[in-house]
Amino acid sequence: MKKVPAVWLWILPVLSGLVFVALWYGVRAASGLQSWILPTPVEILEAAWRERTRLLAAAGNTAGGALGGFLLAAAMGFVTSLLLGVSRSLRASLYPWLLMLQMTPVIVLTPIIVLWAGPGLPGIITVTWLISYFPIVVNMTQGVLSTDINHVGLFRMCNASRWQEMLYLRVPSAMPYFLAGLRIAATLAPIGAIFGEYMVGNSAGGSGGLGFLVYVYNTRIQIPALFATALTSCLLGFIFVAAVSLLNWVVLHQWHDSYERDDH
Amino acid sequence: MASSESIVKFCGVSKRYGEGPIVLEAIDLEMARGDFVSLIGPSGCGKSTVLKLVAGLNPWTSGEISVAGTTPRRARDRQAFIFQDATLLPWLTTQQNVELPLKLRRDPLPERIAKAREMLALVALDQVGGYYPRQLSGGMKMRASLARALTLSPQLLLLDEPFGALDEMTRFRLNEELLALRTTAPFSAIFVTHSVAEAVFLSNRIVIMSANPGRFHAEISVDFAYPRRAELRERSEFQAKVVEVTRLLHEVEEPIRA
Repeated sequence: MKKVPAVWLWILPVLSGLVFVALWYGVRAASGLQSWILPTPVEILEAAWRERTRLLAAAGNTAGGALGGFLLAAAMGFVTSLLLGVSRSLRASLYPWLLMLQMTPVIVLTPIIVLWAGPGLPGIITVTWLISYFPIVVNMTQGVLSTDINHVGLFRMCNASRWQEMLYLRVPSAMPYFLAGLRIAATLAPIGAIFGEYMVGNSAGGSGGLGFLVYVYNTRIQIPALFATALTSCLLGFIFVAAVSLLNWVVLHQWHDSYERDDH
Repeated sequence: MASSESIVKFCGVSKRYGEGPIVLEAIDLEMARGDFVSLIGPSGCGKSTVLKLVAGLNPWTSGEISVAGTTPRRARDRQAFIFQDATLLPWLTTQQNVELPLKLRRDPLPERIAKAREMLALVALDQVGGYYPRQLSGGMKMRASLARALTLSPQLLLLDEPFGALDEMTRFRLNEELLALRTTAPFSAIFVTHSVAEAVFLSNRIVIMSANPGRFHAEISVDFAYPRRAELRERSEFQAKVVEVTRLLHEVEEPIRA
């Protein structure tokens, strides 16, 4: 296979984006659909600019809920995985129920969560946690279980305590798995928060998040603004994923095979 | 190494995993301090299992084992295990890897660093202490693994085909280095290998094992004086020893079924 020059890796996505926009205009012109059904990209950007204060404030609120739920899921997922990783009986007792929790549609659970946690931030954080927790636990538990058997032998030969084995061996060797789980969770957390807001209505003292704006714009049939909300949500998701990618780089680039080094 | 006190003693030791077939049967072995014993034999003859029993990593089924006058588990701090691959922790630098046994023993940091530096210098890796394992060649990794094993000055080294994955020239050089290390850090060794030449070069005793179940088939002593140097491999007595061991190995070879 011929190697693609580096500059093309930047040009190609821009080109495909332009083709997509051109198709969009083509469909709009050919179908004769009106702006409130299919707005053009420019109309969406105009709406985004017009609504910028509301969108930014809402994005800020959503980011708060998403971050809260994400961090909660990360912390709880980390601890749960260590426990599940070391104890076979705990794994047998808890795994089916974790799976059941994941199989239950969030849309069914959300009204119950709102009933228990109340509307606003606590409910939204709980919904976000619910959707982000499982991928972290599944990945990290696999990581804790995948510790090299010879490394375990090495630690046993050094008379290492269980704590030392956990801290110096199982946790670091599970890091790539944990981060893979975080990466999936990072794509899910903003979606969870927006969904929670949509169901709950408001967050952070009634100012509302992106999910609440979806409800507002939809009822007012402000479709370009609805598209702009989608765009904002998408950007928020990118920020989450970028943050995890940065964390991934910081933790792994020195030693993990997923980062190739050419300088040695 | 003048003491004749035994470092490892097996009396009629047998081993099976659970209800599985017997992997080791009626093993007797007495190793004096300073002995370098190689175990050689067909795959599945239980060579590595012998090492794991000595290390106390697996329980045995019957018979008696003593290591350094006590049980294998209690003698762990006097032995070190070297695995088939270097088993360096990839997220630690070479220096930190060599420090690991000291860290797990909770030695203070300055002592750890000093000792690890000393061990790295011993295996000529003092220039690459800050490198991560993936930046090292296969031979360098194995030398780092040796340095790590020697940080606690073990009386007994257990080596499970440590050089099996390396090219022949590197393997020869590491054989020479391993013997040279014994002049600064005297240790007894049990060495599992598939290479007859390696076994003859390193050991003063070679045990040939047979499989199904694993038994000691024959033992050969190799009386070339230590320190041994690379030139030994070219001598006719050395070649004769290789032939002798190879013949014994043919006796225990599994018949090839058509």
